[in-house]
This record gives sequence, C-alpha cells and structure tokens, in this order.
Amino acid sequence: MRGNISDIEAGVIWTFPGGIHPPERKQPASDKPLRRIALPQQLVLPLRQHIGQAGDLLVAEGDRVLKGQALTKPGLTNGLPVHAPTSATVIAIEPRATAHPSGLSELSIVLSPDGEERWIEKKPLADFRQHDRAELIATIKAAGIAGLGGAGFPTAQKLAQQKPLDYLIINGVECEPYICADDRLMREHAEEILTGVDILLHITGIEKALIAIEDNKPEAIQAMRDAIAERSQFALRIVPTKYPSGGEKQLIQLLTGRQVPSKGLPMDIGLLMQNVGTAFAVKRAIIDGEPLLERVVTLTGEALQQPGCVWALLGTPIAHLMEQAGFTPDNLPRVIMGGPMMGFTLPALDVPVVKTTNCLLAPTEKELPPTRQELACIRCGACADVCPASLQPQQLQWLAKAKDYDALEQQQLFDCIECGACAYVCPSEIPLVHYYRKAKAEIKNIAREKAKAEIARERFEARQQRLEREKEERLERHRKAAEARQKAKQEAQQSGAEDPVQAALERVKRKKAEAANAEAPATNDKPQKSAAVAAAIARAKAKKAKQQAADAADNEKDES
Amino acid sequence: MSFFIASSPHEHNRRQTSDVMRWVLLAAIPGVLVQLFFFGWGVLFQLLLAIVTAWATEAIALQTRNRPALASLKDNSALVTAVLLAISIPPLAPWWVIVIGVAFAIIVAKQVYGGLGQNIFNPAMVGYVLLLVSFPVQMTSWLPPATLSDNDLSLWQTLHVIVFEYTPSGFSVEQLRTGIDGVTMATPLDTVKTGLTQGYTLSELTAKSVFQGIAGVGWQWVNVAYLVGGLVLLQQRIISWHIPLGVIVGVAAPALIAHSISPDQMLGPVTHVLSGATMLGAFFIATDPVSAATSNKGRWIFGLLIGLLVWLIRSFGGYPDGMAFAVLLANLCVPIIDRYTRPTVYGHGGSA
Repeated sequence: MRGNISDIEAGVIWTFPGGIHPPERKQPASDKPLRRIALPQQLVLPLRQHIGQAGDLLVAEGDRVLKGQALTKPGLTNGLPVHAPTSATVIAIEPRATAHPSGLSELSIVLSPDGEERWIEKKPLADFRQHDRAELIATIKAAGIAGLGGAGFPTAQKLAQQKPLDYLIINGVECEPYICADDRLMREHAEEILTGVDILLHITGIEKALIAIEDNKPEAIQAMRDAIAERSQFALRIVPTKYPSGGEKQLIQLLTGRQVPSKGLPMDIGLLMQNVGTAFAVKRAIIDGEPLLERVVTLTGEALQQPGCVWALLGTPIAHLMEQAGFTPDNLPRVIMGGPMMGFTLPALDVPVVKTTNCLLAPTEKELPPTRQELACIRCGACADVCPASLQPQQLQWLAKAKDYDALEQQQLFDCIECGACAYVCPSEIPLVHYYRKAKAEIKNIAREKAKAEIARERFEARQQRLEREKEERLERHRKAAEARQKAKQEAQQSGAEDPVQAALERVKRKKAEAANAEAPATNDKPQKSAAVAAAIARAKAKKAKQQAADAADNEKDES
Repeated sequence: MSFFIASSPHEHNRRQTSDVMRWVLLAAIPGVLVQLFFFGWGVLFQLLLAIVTAWATEAIALQTRNRPALASLKDNSALVTAVLLAISIPPLAPWWVIVIGVAFAIIVAKQVYGGLGQNIFNPAMVGYVLLLVSFPVQMTSWLPPATLSDNDLSLWQTLHVIVFEYTPSGFSVEQLRTGIDGVTMATPLDTVKTGLTQGYTLSELTAKSVFQGIAGVGWQWVNVAYLVGGLVLLQQRIISWHIPLGVIVGVAAPALIAHSISPDQMLGPVTHVLSGATMLGAFFIATDPVSAATSNKGRWIFGLLIGLLVWLIRSFGGYPDGMAFAVLLANLCVPIIDRYTRPTVYGHGGSA
C-alpha cells in the first residue's frame, strides 16, 4: 500500500467511487475580498468548542482581560485553552447555547469588548527552525489551535504523534457548495499559509507537502502556485471538482491512491492532513505569537444582502454576523452553520462563532427548498452509485428502519462519513443520513449499556463467588472442628479417661442429690427449684429462725 | 423568529421517483410510435385499457391497504407497468386480456408484496407470463407488419376487433393475420421457431417475406426505436449502462458463437439483438430498479443472465421469445447476486 511513492511523486490523481456534482454557488460570496466587521456588543466563548475536554477557568466575573489573554488553562486531557479575542471585561460566566444542532448549553465566558484592542505581550518564535519540536507543539497548543476544516481536532495532538510519515497533505479543496472561506484565504494569504506549512513540516519532520485545491478555484490555484514557486518541498495537486473530494478519506484516496483503514488514522498509512486555515493559524501562533482569536467565515445565501467572507472573532454571536450581512429572511427563516450538505440548522441566532464555524448559509425557500414527503425506497441504487465509501445506503436504510443493529455493523455503517450524497440523489427523498445518525447513536448507546451491564454482571458474579467461597470455608471450619472433637473423644475413650462432659454432668447430679438429701424437710414445698436456690432458701430460713428479729420485708426480698 | 430546523443535507437534486418514471415513459414514445406505424391502432387501445386498469386497480388496492391512493398514483410507477405490458402484447388481443394482465400485475405482483419497492418480480412481466400461459392463442396472434398486410384496419375496425374479437365485417383475428400470399404470418422469431422444428434451414426461413431487411420487417425498427429511447435514458442517467449492455452482450455473444458453429440452425447475433423484445427488455424492462440488482457489478451479472436466458429460450425452449421468463428468473437471483457483488467498503482492504 505504501510502495506507490513514485506514482504520487509523478502527480497522479487517483479517483474515488461515487460523488455528486451539486450546483457550486460559490459566487457571489467568493468574488468579494475578505472584510472585517464591527465589534459585537458581546462575545460568548464556550469553554469547550472542539473535540476534547474544557479547560479550567483562569478568570472571574468582573475581570478585565487583554486581547490574546488565555481565559482557560487546559487540563490533563486533550483540552485547549480559549483566549480573549479582544480586550474586554468578563461580564458573566454561565451556560449559554452553543453551536450545536440541538442548541445545547455549554459553560461560556461572556465578554464585553472595550474597543481598545490592547494586546497582551506576544511571544513570537519567528525563527522557528531554531526551536525544537516540543516547544513549537506546546506553543501551538497554548494558542488554542484546533483543525479549522472539519471536526476541530486539537492540532498539537495531531502533530505530537511520533511516526515517520511520507506526506503532509494541505487541504484547500473546500468541496462543499457555497463555502469559500479557504478559497479567499488562499487568494489573499497564500504566502502566510505556506509559512505555516513550513512550520508543520519542520515539526513533523515530513519531507514533502501536497497542497490540494479543487479545479473550480483558479484564482486560489494561481496564488498558491506563485507562492510555491520558490519552495522545493511543496507540490500543488489540482483535483477535479466533485463532492466530497475534500473529505479527509476521499482526498487521501485522490492524492495517494491509499485508503485509511477502517477505524484507523491517516498516519497509519504514512499521511497527515491539515486544512489551509489551520496552517494559517499555525503561522500566526509561531511567527507572530498570536493565539487563535478569529477565523474566516463565509456569509452566504440569497437571504443575505451583503454576502462575502469575513474575519469573525471567535465568540461573535451569529445574530451580529447576520446583521452585518443584511439578513432579510423570507417566510422560511433558516440559518445553516456549515454548508448545505453537512451543515446543521441553527435553532436560534444567539449562538457564537466557534473554531469550526466555516460558513453561515441563509438560503431562501426557493433557493434550497425543504425536503418533501419521504416516499418508498424503489431500490434504484442511485445512493449506492454516489456513495464515496462504497456502502449500500439502500440496505443500510432498510436495516436502520428495522433496527437490525448487528446487520448494520456488519455492513459497516460506521464507515459512513455522513456526506449526504445518498440523500441528495434519492428520488424518494428519504433522509438517509438522518436514519444513519440515529442508528449510530443507538448502537453506541447499546454498546455503552452493554458495557455497564457487563460490569454489573462481573460484580454480581464476583459477589456470588465470594459468598459461595465464604460458605464453603465456614462449612469446612465446622467440619474440621467437629472432626477434631470426634477425634479428641475417641482418643479420650481409647486412653480410658472419662468424658469430661459426662464427668461434669455426673458431678452436678451427685451434688444435687447430696443437697436434696441434706435439705429435704425444708424444700418439700418447692421441689422444682434448683438445689442451689433451695439451699439458699434453706440458709435464709435457718437465719430467720435464729435471729427472730428480722422483719417481713426482708423475708419477702430473700424469697423472691 | 422561529427558525426552520432540518437534518442535513439541505440540498437535493430535485429528481423524484415520479420524474424517473416520467422519463421512462417519455423514452418509450419512439418505440410506441413505430409499433403504431407497423401494427396499427390496436397499440393505442391496448395502452388506454392498460392505463385505466392500472390506475383503477392501484387505487383500489391502496385504499384497501389504508394507504394514501393519490400520493402513490402520482409516482407514475403503475403507469410504467401498464405501458410496458400494453406494448408487449399483440395489438389486436381482446380487451379482457390486457385488463386481466394489468390487474394481476398491479394487485398480485406489486400490491400484495407490499406496494412500490417491495415486489421481487417485475410486475409487467408477471402479468405477461400469466397471460402467455393462460391465453396462448390470443397472446401469440401478432399481426404481420402493416407493410406486408393487405388488411389495413381503421380506428373503428380496430376497436371493434378488440371489443368483439371480429371486425364489423366479420373477419376474425386469425383471418386478419393472413398475408398477401395467403399464408398466416407470424413474427420473425415465431417463423424461425416453427420452421426449424419442421426441418427447414435458416437460409430457407430468412428468405420469407417477414425477414426482409436485417432482422425482420417492422421488428427491427421497433427495436431500433427502443434503443434510441434507451440511449436517452442513459444520457439522462435514469438508468446505468450495465444492465442494457449486459442483456445485449448476453444475447449476442452466445448467438455469435452458435451461429458460427451452426449457421443453418442458429440465428446470428444481429438478428437476435434486433428481434422480438430484446431492446425493449434491455433498456425498459430489465432496468426496473425495484426488481433488478443494485451494485454495478451485480447489474452486469443480472443483465448478462437475462441475455443468456433469452438466447437459450429462443434457441432451445418452447417459446419463440423469452424476455419475460428471463427477467423473472433473473429477478429470482437478485438477492444472491446482491449478496455476492457487494463492493468493498472504503478502508476494508480494497484497492483505490
């Protein structure tokens, strides 16, 4: 699998199965230069905005913070800090709705910008080749950089892996319709992106970077080509426009002909992928000493009067961006975070821009009509024809509806990347991806429950075993004691000695008989009393008779 | 403001089942027109009867199953079944033949199995086979092509024959089939089948008038017209090329081999491909999505299997043509074909 370096070097572009060609609609947003927008009234920074744990708070309500100041400290797990995107006052630390399809709340720091843009002291490592790998990785981590292309995986963690790799792939494909954030960034900041790539190559020790751009971005290609001209470690790869060629797995297949093993990582096949936006952020963190405070967001859709790509501070409320772009909703108000294929609709506009927010799409009803009534599957196989993972979506759909989770796993449901190509072509408009997501969630739930039940079962069984063992031991002890007694008795008989119990009993009997004989006249009226009591009574009576002077109370007390 | 919430993807290519079915119907138009030209108005009446029956039975069946009838009728799938069956049967067959066939196709082959998407057999072909085994005389009474016939039936005469089985002047279908030379005319494939069993050689048979041209008067043009319609379906990406090409190769390859071994007993590939229901079957019938294999490799195998079966039935079986039987037999094999042609999922060791 990894022996195809010569083909890769020759610039072969492989292909991947399936894929679709939805209308690209990159214009008009892609034609407008990147712009800066007015500072919002508030910035809302969820402590956790990417894969990994939230960090520990470093500030309290009422604190004044400087631009670039870290507000959280990553814990021991894979967390990343968040920073103040501008100088501001902390006005609240409370749960706020975050960028999530369900409007989930996350603990967030709310800042009120003071508009002064006062920076903390920057610590650039401009001569990065003089610094070692660990120091650079630590700086990237402290800058809060997460993958800006997709899932927001902490970049430092991806770079920290120690494995010899063949290529660093820089993803500038941006295959989803509408989105042009990376396109604009490449057109306007090609040199800085490549500096970022230089840093990444230095850190990872990889010798060559492949920069992939889809052929529908001629200006970006030209800009990158010009910037690459003086660098030998770089090669540009133009991939044909087809959705989802920018998916990590698909792009790897296009550029190297290799496939990331199921449940594996690109580094298993000698590759590492970073998005162009991430490379740009790395350059800023290392060369300029600026943590990740802002990102490019595409504002697009026909419900916006001024579409285009903007620099948005992290934490900027979506409502502010919509206002800046002239949002005029029609009778189907809709804002999608992400693109039309994989983005999610926002339940409200008070959520903030987070590290993975690459696009906000506000389409009119006519532009992206909502799906119609789901009809019966006619097994046409159009979905299978377009599936980039070579799955059988129509089968998965049947199985998901039948809740046949074993069969779903057998048919590799978890290799589905949820690109939505199947649902895009389905003539019955079945929301296929929705069914897969639901089934995946349920399978994960079942696995979790099963793991819990397994632990409970193990504990129960251990307890049962312990009880059983203790019972055995108890019985064994008793048995041994009984045996010992038996043995002792036998030994006693053999040696001719009396049985001690028997002897004791006989001694008691003998005494009793003696006492009975001695006190017989006195104890006639109470024959059932024990010899000792009888003796005592007798003694008392004798005393009484002798003394004559004792009163009735004393008599009664003695008797009782 | 309350925002519209939906699950991704938010974009769709806007081609629904009804559009797919409509394309199939539109693409069949050239073939239907050529059939009309060669075989007269009967084709039109059969189509009308079939469509009315299909709509009525589909609506009744859906009502009975407590399903919304109107929404399902709009998907045009019943229409496709009706049209495919109507153009497959002899144009002058009595009215009740097509009514029984379509009703059986819709009710038993489709709705009893659970409606659209659930049937394992191609409904039109189930209807066709039912008719063929139940009413063999009516189902094989093809008229000679109009150019060879001296009976040119008017619209009214045709209707009269279909309703009462006789023309207004009292001719039966059997009499109408008699050609200019006073001999009852059969289809080219039927002529070959009967002739070979009677000991004629192919060269003697193909010298007959029905065989003028490449593969028989009329029929070759019917096949060419369906080929044209099929190419439109391919161009519109309504169907993939795997099944049609599979069928054509499946018929032509064994025909070529057999013909080169025994040229006087076995028809050649060109005749096979342009005869009978080859093109209609390859592009319109075998490609029915519901009952066909789903992966591209599976579609290839499915198509080849149909082609091979058609050739076998035509060459060695009891019927002159075998598309319906071949399609149904291949339908039976679909689950196993699908099972063993499942492509390797990304990341599971397949090559790029």
